[in-house]
Amino acid sequence: MLVAPVAPIGPDWCVVTSEPLPVADALAWAVVPSCGAVVTFCGTARDHSEGREGVVSLEYECYEEHATPRLAAVAATARTRWPVLGRVALLHRTGTLGIGEVSVVVVVSAPHRTEAFDAARYCIDTLKLTVPIWKRERWRDGSDWATCSHELREASDAIG
Amino acid sequence: MARLRLFGPARVAAGASRSDLAGEDVGSVLDAACATFGDEFAKVLGASAIWVNGEPAAREHPVGRDDEIAVLPPVSGG
Repeated sequence: MLVAPVAPIGPDWCVVTSEPLPVADALAWAVVPSCGAVVTFCGTARDHSEGREGVVSLEYECYEEHATPRLAAVAATARTRWPVLGRVALLHRTGTLGIGEVSVVVVVSAPHRTEAFDAARYCIDTLKLTVPIWKRERWRDGSDWATCSHELREASDAIG
Repeated sequence: MARLRLFGPARVAAGASRSDLAGEDVGSVLDAACATFGDEFAKVLGASAIWVNGEPAAREHPVGRDDEIAVLPPVSGG
C-alpha cells in the first residue's frame, strides 16, 4: 500500500504516496540546529512536453513494493557522498495530477549551501534514473507515455 | 512457475499487470510471456530491466512459485 506522507523519526523521509505532497512540512522538518542550508526542489506537472502541447494531466504509476525502498537507496548513496548532510526528504506522488501539482519533492539540509545544493541535485537526478515510476501524459485528444525516459539503473552505480 | 508483474508500457502492451507463468528460470518465464502477450509486449520487453524480488536478475536466474519477476520499462519519474 502507498502510505500517507508523515514525517519519520530518523533523518531520511522517503515515501511514494497518492496523497498531495507536504512541501512546507518537509521544508520545516529538514531544519535542524547543525544545518545552515536547506535546499528544496519541487517537480510540478507541466502543460507541455517535447512535441506535445496542451497536456492537461499526468498519471504516475509505480512498483509499489519497491519504489519507496529505491528512494531510500538514493538518500543512502547521497549520505555516502556527503556525510555532513542533516536531513533528506524524497517524496514522490502517484496517481493523476493536474497541471501545477507537485509530483516530486527533494529537500536536503546541510551545514553549508554547497553540500545542500550538490546533494539535492544528485538526489533528483539519481531518483529519475533509479526509482521504478512511470509517467503518462494526457492531452485533449490523446495520451501516451512520457517521451523522456531512462533505462532503470541502481542508485549505487547510477551517477559516478 | 513464477509471478510476473508488468508496469507502464509493459502493462499496457500485455493488457495485464500480473500473470502467473510456467518456467524454471527468468528467461523461460519471459519467453512464455512473449508467447502469451504477443509482439508488442516482446518489443517493450527488449528495452526493459528485469528484477527478481526487487533486484536485477539475468535470464539464467532460477525462479520458483514464490518468486516475483518484474518487467520494468525505461522509467520516467520526477
